[in-house]
Amino acid sequence: MTTTQPALPSLARVYRSRIGVELKEFFRQRESVVFTLMLPVLLLVVFGAVLNYDIGFGVTFTQYFMAGIIAAGILGASLQNMAISIATERSDGTLKNLAGTPMPKSAYFLGKVAQVLAVTLAIIVILLFIGVVFYGVTLPSGREWFTFAWVSVLGAAACTLLGMSVSSLAKNGRSASATVTPFALLLQFTSGVFFQFGSLPTWMQTAASLFPLKWMAQGLRAVFLPQALAIKEPAHSWELGRVALVLGIWCVIGLLLCVRTFRWQERGAR
Amino acid sequence: MSSTTEPALDATRSAPLDPDAAISIRGLVKRYGDFVAVDGLDLDIRRGEIFALLGPNGAGKTTTVEICEGYRSRDDGQVRVLGEDPAAGKRAWKAQLGIVLQSGSGESQLTCRELLTAQASYYADPRNPDEVLELVGLTEKAGVRGKTLSGGQRRRLDVALGIVGRPTLLFLDEPTTGFDPEARRQFWSLIRSLRELGTTMLLTTHYLDEAEALADRVGVIARGRLAEVAVPAVLGGRETAPAVVRWTEDGVRRSAQTSTPTRFVQELAARFPGEVPDLAVARPTLEDVYLRMIGEPS
Repeated sequence: MTTTQPALPSLARVYRSRIGVELKEFFRQRESVVFTLMLPVLLLVVFGAVLNYDIGFGVTFTQYFMAGIIAAGILGASLQNMAISIATERSDGTLKNLAGTPMPKSAYFLGKVAQVLAVTLAIIVILLFIGVVFYGVTLPSGREWFTFAWVSVLGAAACTLLGMSVSSLAKNGRSASATVTPFALLLQFTSGVFFQFGSLPTWMQTAASLFPLKWMAQGLRAVFLPQALAIKEPAHSWELGRVALVLGIWCVIGLLLCVRTFRWQERGAR
Repeated sequence: MSSTTEPALDATRSAPLDPDAAISIRGLVKRYGDFVAVDGLDLDIRRGEIFALLGPNGAGKTTTVEICEGYRSRDDGQVRVLGEDPAAGKRAWKAQLGIVLQSGSGESQLTCRELLTAQASYYADPRNPDEVLELVGLTEKAGVRGKTLSGGQRRRLDVALGIVGRPTLLFLDEPTTGFDPEARRQFWSLIRSLRELGTTMLLTTHYLDEAEALADRVGVIARGRLAEVAVPAVLGGRETAPAVVRWTEDGVRRSAQTSTPTRFVQELAARFPGEVPDLAVARPTLEDVYLRMIGEPS
């Protein structure tokens, strides 16, 4: 049988297809929407209503919390979302089936990145809207938007890659959730999301500094808080250069881990 | 029952790979730790045929199939699938395969039609998703999410996903597990219509009637080796095997093996005034020869 093979579809076409799949998979699943999208919103509503005190220079806690809850939202959209969804897709056979098709492998990862970006953007827009309309949060201005963009994208990238790596450690989606969720919660409490970072014990600050969330929250504080409040940071500065450096290092670590650990089948299947 | 000597395939062991075959395997070995799952297996599957691989759990069926699909590595031997080594299969090679895994295709929030449309987008010359839904009998479920389907419907969706890429070679690993008898008959007619379209199929199954109904040839795999390959009707020497005649005499159920059942029944009939009570004449079923083949050697 001699057949001339028709041309495979272009990468762009497969990428579009995968992005559509990933967006539908996320936004149609009630658990992921509630857990990833609505939880930060609820936390903002509750904390904003309860803890709306002055933290100095006439700045409300809600203005401070805006930076932290956006950072936590990005963490949920990237690290938690990736770890749980990919572990689920690996254990239920979705990944194995995809590996048996001519889909280019890059299309799977590109779809996931698009999903993270879409969810991150949705979280940021909703949180800003509620913050501005109900809690009088001041929006960033001028160059602060630029800082906002790069801190969010770099943080999301680092956490996405970490989430993809962590997914390989879990047996299935449920065990991924059971491991990653408490870890994320712990990071949130120690990284200056719910409490002012400067008021935490030094050893806790040091421990949190090893992980990306602390740096994402700090970078976003530079966006949402007046320069005068930088004095309350442990380094008396927003340290934007160091924020970029640490998040960049986590991107490299995440990518290396991902390349080394990513599996298309359950462990022990080969 | 006396056991006939089983023709081993060691004679072909040194034969070269068949370049025209859809699948050609020589001396395949796969170990998991100390356990030898596949132990020197040889097999050729011709283009256009439906080949059924039978064997008990743990005999090496899925391991063999997944090595051919490119999922698993091998420890020894040669394998060519559509002329290529599966361990090095690229996109263009995968585009010619359709794979229905034993473990199914996973859960999804997408509807059946969306899943098929997405799957089709990976292939060069896919089938129309709606036509595929029609073919597997899921037209009514086109707009229903994958995760809400029943077990049998989900299996049909797995098959739909396997054929939407218009494969030259289709792997079906226990495709009808969990089907009710009617669903299985419908599936069989689907497989026959795919055969008409020239699709080569490698089918593994636990159901002997399924292998007999569908397969051009059947291979029985036991302890990691191919015990025999034959057309279903002659597997294990079935067509020349002695018939078994059963009847009731003096209130006792009797049976006799004979290679001349017609003469035997005539003689039997002469002993009875009218009908021979509970008379039955049977050749060994596929199940009989299969069970003999996979049994421990006596």
